[in-house]
This record gives sequence, C-alpha cells and structure tokens, in this order.
Amino acid sequence: MKVQVNREQCQGHNRCYAIAPELFDIDDYGTAFVIGDGTVPPELQDKARLAVDNCPEFAIEIDE
Amino acid sequence: MDEHAPVEDWATDYDIFDPEYIEDPTPVWRDLRQRCPIASTDRWQGSYLPTRYHDIQALAKMVPELSSRDPLVIAAPPWTDQDPEFPNYGTNAPPISSDPPEHTWIRRLLLPHFSPKVIEDYRPYTEDLCHRLIDRFIDTGRADGAVDYAQQIPPRLIAHLLGIDESRVDEFVEWVRGVLEIGLSQPEIRNKYRVIIRDFFKEQVADRRENPADDLITALVQAEHDGEPLSNATVVGICNLMLVAGIDTTWSSIGSALWHFASHPEDRRRLAADPDLFPTAIEEMLRAYAPVTMGREVLNEVTYNGVTMEQGAKVLMNFPGANRDPEVFDRPDEVIIDRARNRHIAFGSGIHRCLGSNLARLEMEVSLKTWFDRIPEFELDEGPVAWAGGQVRGPRILPIRFDAQRPR
Ligand code: HEM
Ligand code: SF4
Repeated sequence: MKVQVNREQCQGHNRCYAIAPELFDIDDYGTAFVIGDGTVPPELQDKARLAVDNCPEFAIEIDE
Repeated sequence: MDEHAPVEDWATDYDIFDPEYIEDPTPVWRDLRQRCPIASTDRWQGSYLPTRYHDIQALAKMVPELSSRDPLVIAAPPWTDQDPEFPNYGTNAPPISSDPPEHTWIRRLLLPHFSPKVIEDYRPYTEDLCHRLIDRFIDTGRADGAVDYAQQIPPRLIAHLLGIDESRVDEFVEWVRGVLEIGLSQPEIRNKYRVIIRDFFKEQVADRRENPADDLITALVQAEHDGEPLSNATVVGICNLMLVAGIDTTWSSIGSALWHFASHPEDRRRLAADPDLFPTAIEEMLRAYAPVTMGREVLNEVTYNGVTMEQGAKVLMNFPGANRDPEVFDRPDEVIIDRARNRHIAFGSGIHRCLGSNLARLEMEVSLKTWFDRIPEFELDEGPVAWAGGQVRGPRILPIRFDAQRPR
C-alpha cells in the first residue's frame, strides 16, 4: 500500500498528521506531505485509511 | 421588511436568527435537504442557505465568483467614523475578507505562526490557565460553564499570542460580542465596537514599531510583501480579525462540549472512564456543534446546480449543516464520541480553512481534559441555558453543578 497527498488540494487541516504522524508530516505552512516514499507498512494500513476518511479536502489517496 | 416576523416557509423565507433555529437548527436542515437543498430568503438583504455537504464544499470553492469581501452572514452596515488611514476598516479584515491574490500572500505570512508544532508550545500555558480558572469555583460546587470557564480561555490565548494586555480580557470579550453577536444586526453597536477595536490596535501597532517585542503584532510590523512593509491598515485589519475570529468561536465550541457532557451522562461517564476517546470525542463535538456560519457575496449572477443566485445576495457557508448530512455521515444527528470517520468541516473548507484550527483544537483538548480530570462528575444545574447563534452558535449561559471540592 502507498499513500499520497495532493498538495494542491491540501488546505492544512492537519487531520492526517494528528491521526498518523508515522506516515504524514506538515511543513511550516501547514501543508501535509508523506514521510519517505509513502509506503505504508501493514500495521499502519488502518491508520492510513482513517487519514483518508478524515481529510476534509479529499486530498489523500491510497494505492492498494 | 420585518426581519423578525414569523417564518412562513423555511425554503423561501428562512431566518437564521429565529430563536428556535438557534436552539436547534437540525429539524430545519433535515426538512430542507429533502425538498429544497438550497433555500433562499429576502430577510437581512437576501441570502441562500445550502444544507448538503457536497454543495457547501463546492460553493466554498467557487472563488472569486462567491467573494469573501464581506464575509459575515449579514452585510456590513454603512460605516461611521471613517479614518482615512484605514479605508473600509470594519469589513477589511484580511485574510478572511480577501480573495486571491491578496488572500494568498497574507495567509502565507500568517501560516507559520499557526502550525501544529508552533501551537503545541502553548500547551503548558493553557493547562495552567484552565487549572487556575477551575480553582476559582471548584469549592462552590457550581459554575457557569460558559461565563466562568469557556469564555475565559480563548481571549487569554489570543492576548498571549498578539502580545496584548491579558488583564483586559473582559473588555476584549465585550468588544467582540459588540461586533459579532449583539451588534451584528444593530449598526450603531457594531460601529461603536469596531472603532474601539481599531483605535486600540492602532496604538498597539504604533507601539510595536517603536518597541519590538516577541509577539505576533511585532512580527506583522516587521513583515514585508514585495519588499515593502505592510501598511498600518493591513496590520490593524489582521489584528482585528485575530481578536474577532479567535474568541467567540472557540468559546462556543468549548461551551457546547460542556453542555453536551452535562446533559448526556452516558457519554460523560464513558469519556471520564476512557480518556483515549478524547481525540474522536473532540472531533465529534466540532462536527455536531460546529459553531461558525460564514457568508459569501455573489459578485455577478451565477447559477449553481440549477439555482440562480442574484448579484449582491449572500450565500451562507452552512458548515454546521454540512456536518449533519446523512449522505456523508452515518446517523448524523446522533453524537457518537468514538466516531472514527469524521470528515467534518467545522473549520471550513478550501482556501479560507480556519487559520486558528490548531490553536482551537489545543484549547478544546486542554480545557476538556483538565475539566474532566478535576470534575469528572457534573450535570446541568437549575436555570435556563441561553444560546447565541446566527454567525456563531454556542451557549452563553450554562449553569453546571457538581460535588464541591477543595481547590488545588
Ligand atoms: C472552534 C473554534 C473555531 C472555529 C469553529 C472556527 C471556524 C472558522 C471557519 C469556519 C473559518 C472559515 C471562514 C470562511 O470560510 O470564510 C475560519 C477562518 C479563520 N479563523 Fe477560525 N475558527 C475557530 C477558532 C479560531 C481561532 C482560535 C483563531 C485564532 C486566531 C481563528 C482564526 C481564523 C482566521 C484568521 C480565519 C481566516 C482564514 C482565511 O481567511 O484564510 N479561528 N474559522
Ligand atoms: S488532512 Fe487533508 S487537508 Fe488536512 S493536512 Fe492532511 S492532507 Fe491536508
């Protein structure tokens, strides 16, 4: 599984970072980015899906 | 027209200041979503009220056709007492009153001051503040959750951030209610407090130019755009916004959450027993009791989803109504404190996403955790709860009782 943030769509609600700081980080302007290349280890896949489902801007995508 | 006449039909004549709507708007939204998902009214100079999540998301992204240049739910009155140095002051409160391109650079200037990592530094101060407030009433067994607690927290955080005198918070609260709540539909009152706020910040800005300090006002007077310092009008407009946007809103959210737990003992017991639920519980409070409705102005007649919206009318950004849409939320009118999937838009959506959302969340977290830690058992006391609404919805009087304890 891989996770990706569309930085054009992200408005910095910071929900992904609150839910899964292992996968997402936030720059100085509040915009999210994935840590590393976005590969999600099995034990974090539920969290990755929760991040997707809590993003108010529909800015996170998952490739299974 | 008589703005307060009884509503004939909510689809064509709604009134967001109707006392029953303020107390519980959810039946109106349920009805409208079914039969007229974008309602309209001629009251308060005319506006449209969308009630579906996806419509509100889409409308919030219609920039600049739906402009933010006058972003409250009621159009600004004619401003009296104009100061030529502050053109259009009162309406001009960037970035909330700006469209791109101005919005983009002013917001970018402010964002680094509100990132989650910077805001985290306010935690110890906020914790200490909440304990001090509770110490004032814990030995009496009674408190007004709105006046004695919720209302006391946000103005101190804003004062701390801007670097203005914390001992004057009662005045700040009065001023903000003067423009946003009590004065919203009363032009003389709105004008009076708007001038007080302007003159206050005018002095503060002049002072920071002479005596730089470690605060946001100083950061703003030292900031540059295109190699030029910001004008006094821009800095004062931003400071005005910080005060107005940061106080009523967060106070309302903390108050609504306390109201919920005081009146829903099962949820209160569950949260007290399992503090791991705080993160989802706080998001659920924000979803179910989202306090803020904003306005956009239709610049030129525009049609969205078959509804033609007239030039000059307002479109209300009904973020609270979006959060109750059954298309997006299971059992939307139930409060479920462990709701894990919660894409609510209490902080708006699109380019104006609340700049203070990280601060507001910190304040909610610390204020509720501290309250639950000190006063895990509490309930509504006798006496009515009073709600304000329209622009910002939340309890203004909230009698609570509990077993008296010794202060720390
Ligand atoms: C629970 C508390 C709060 C809620 C529900 C809330 C809600 C909102 C909403 C819905 C917007 C979007 C406005 C629009 O679309 O026109 C907004 C914008 C804004 N809020 Fe908040 N707010 C809260 C607390 C705060 C705090 C504590 C601050 C601190 C300074 C703040 C500062 C701002 C600013 C500066 C904007 C304008 C952002 C822009 O236009 O780019 N808010 N807020
Ligand atoms: S939750 Fe969505 S909008 Fe918010 S920071 Fe993450 S990606 Fe951006």
